[in-house]
Amino acid sequence: MFMKCDLTGFNVDKRVIPLIKANAVAATVSLLLAVTAALLVLLTRWQVIHLLPVDWYYRILTFHGLVALVVWVVFWEMAGLYFSSTVVLNARQIAPWLGWLSFVLMVAGTGICAFTILTGRADVLFTSYAPLKANPLHYLGIILFAVGALIVCGLFFANLIVAKKEKTYGDGPLPLFTFGLLTAAILAVGTLLPGAVIFVPTFLWSLGLIETMNSTVYRIVFWGFGHASQQLNVAAMISVWYLVAFLAVGGTSINEKVSRGAFFLYLIGINLASAHHLLTDPVPSPSWKVFNTGYFMYLAVLASMIHAFAVPSAIESAQRRRGFTKGLFDWLKNAPWGNPAFSSTFLALVGFGFIGGITGVVNGMEQTNMIVHNTLAITGHFKGTVVIGTTLTFMGVTYYLLPLIFRKKISFFSLAKIQPWVTWIGIAMLSIGFSIIGYLGVPRRHWDITFSGGPFTYTFPEIADLFWVVSVLGGTIAFIGVLIWVFVVVSTVFFGKPVKSKADMDTQMPIVSQPPALEHHKGFVAPGTFVLTLIFIATFIIYATLNWGWLSALWEVR
Amino acid sequence: MALTVPEKGWFQTKIAKDEKAWIIIALIVCLSLFVLMAGWHVVGKQNASSIVYDTSPDEFYKLSQANWRKYKIGEEEGIPVVKPPAGSDVFILATTWRWEPILVLKKGAEYRFHISSMDLVHGFSLQPLNMNFVIHPQYDYVLTFKPTSSGDFRIICNEFCGFGHHTMIGKITVEE
Repeated sequence: MFMKCDLTGFNVDKRVIPLIKANAVAATVSLLLAVTAALLVLLTRWQVIHLLPVDWYYRILTFHGLVALVVWVVFWEMAGLYFSSTVVLNARQIAPWLGWLSFVLMVAGTGICAFTILTGRADVLFTSYAPLKANPLHYLGIILFAVGALIVCGLFFANLIVAKKEKTYGDGPLPLFTFGLLTAAILAVGTLLPGAVIFVPTFLWSLGLIETMNSTVYRIVFWGFGHASQQLNVAAMISVWYLVAFLAVGGTSINEKVSRGAFFLYLIGINLASAHHLLTDPVPSPSWKVFNTGYFMYLAVLASMIHAFAVPSAIESAQRRRGFTKGLFDWLKNAPWGNPAFSSTFLALVGFGFIGGITGVVNGMEQTNMIVHNTLAITGHFKGTVVIGTTLTFMGVTYYLLPLIFRKKISFFSLAKIQPWVTWIGIAMLSIGFSIIGYLGVPRRHWDITFSGGPFTYTFPEIADLFWVVSVLGGTIAFIGVLIWVFVVVSTVFFGKPVKSKADMDTQMPIVSQPPALEHHKGFVAPGTFVLTLIFIATFIIYATLNWGWLSALWEVR
Repeated sequence: MALTVPEKGWFQTKIAKDEKAWIIIALIVCLSLFVLMAGWHVVGKQNASSIVYDTSPDEFYKLSQANWRKYKIGEEEGIPVVKPPAGSDVFILATTWRWEPILVLKKGAEYRFHISSMDLVHGFSLQPLNMNFVIHPQYDYVLTFKPTSSGDFRIICNEFCGFGHHTMIGKITVEE
């Protein structure tokens, strides 16, 4: 059942490898479909091309939302859950057949949803806000997918319990990577339960068995699923950041207690932050909104800021111990930028913090949300989280997955090296462009912002045209970035040279050994990181001030 | 260590100075944001309302009609033009795919907007100001607006409500 990995020394359960591979392949296919849909949507929104007719625009948009936000990331996370609960713990996979069953459920669920959407039976967008109604099959597809994912979370917990019992990973707490994914798995359960709570009655309603659906209840519970699912992505993404810091530079958290504590804060804070989707709804009350988005969301925000220091400081500390001690940023200059997993991780970290994080916190404040709610700025925000953060991270760590799990040398490695930069630049342009267009008032999810056929017309400020060009250019560059990645991954898996020894691995994706231990240290451990985080906080304060200034110039409302 | 069990004594390790400083800064920022949101309800002039009534499409339609009849001054594109007096109640009806009525308001006066939907969830997006609210059926969202600028404004729908979503655009005129 077990084989010893000659590259890492782990005892690997042979039965888990095909499970990881299957989920990773499903994820890759989903990403390709998602970005293709994204390009079609983007080229329709840009009025100069206005590619798709109205019905197909909303269909492809529905398809894009579901496949990008849920299918791609969740399949990838399933692969991560298998990997982290077996391979890195030398543990065995419990009931692999159940894993295959859930895989079939998830693929079937995706297939059913794709069918209902593309045949015009579910023109309801990703959020499917009741009383918009889709064909019952559509809700059934989502439920099947969620049940599959829930089973994998159960298998993950079972694997951990058995590994602990059988002492496969030594005496002590879980490794940080697995600990982070444990947080993600717990959050996943907390995500999928509201999903069941809302989609099961919606399914029954679409069948006619329940008479009415309350639109506010739907929105509250839906976001318990819809947003929380993105929070689990954040937890998974940060776990991968720690993993890559460890593999690529031998970096370990400068204080494990702090990193673990921050993951714990996610558990208690992050799901309630979903309340920020309801800030401009008639219900619940403002005090409920402020309490949930303030008190609880900031536990999660604080946790993210702690990670934002802990991950780069792990890298900085390791680099400094290796001798890159000159100045503030010598460690960063001499980081392994030729390792695409490393560059992806660092770029994702910067993008997630500076674009997704800052916009997210300010857009998520009760009053300033009024300026951006349902505008394209929201889309800009989550391109800065889910895409530049989660997606880029997952794409990047795949470069380790290929030699370790698929046992293949990466083909076209020079393309792989530039891919993170191409993707990052593209998404950053798209994200910033969309944010600015959104602040100019342009709605998200809108086929024609010239309002053709309406009783009145309205023209958005001309400067928006410029940022449409920036966005379309960025989106196209990002699309090319993803295509490069898919090309490299597919050609590696099918035509790559096999990895025969550690030397094969070292030429491309080395697993770096630990630097010498930190000597007794008085001053700052990571002064460069500290300066970076101060720049971050200054940017944040400027952005927040601009928003509150804007807000105070609006009509008075109470 | 990300892939191995942490070393013995990991829980006792002191937090480095810079990390501790950063956590304190981050915590202060979070707390200030919380105070800012709560405080804006006291000193700020832009806060979403806490007043909302249960209603039904039928009831809200009747209330709107009665209100518009009282203050109607004309019609444009088949949509009634309504000029309510300062300080009065204003009814705005969102129906797939139109906003009714066209409003004529006075700058500096306060109006109690009642906004509800006849059918689906709609997005009330006031342009070019860019103030956005979510409008539900069955809920009468009461927002007291005081226009502080004059001119021609548009209400566009920014929540997907079917294939005619992009044609859902209404008008508000604010006179000096």
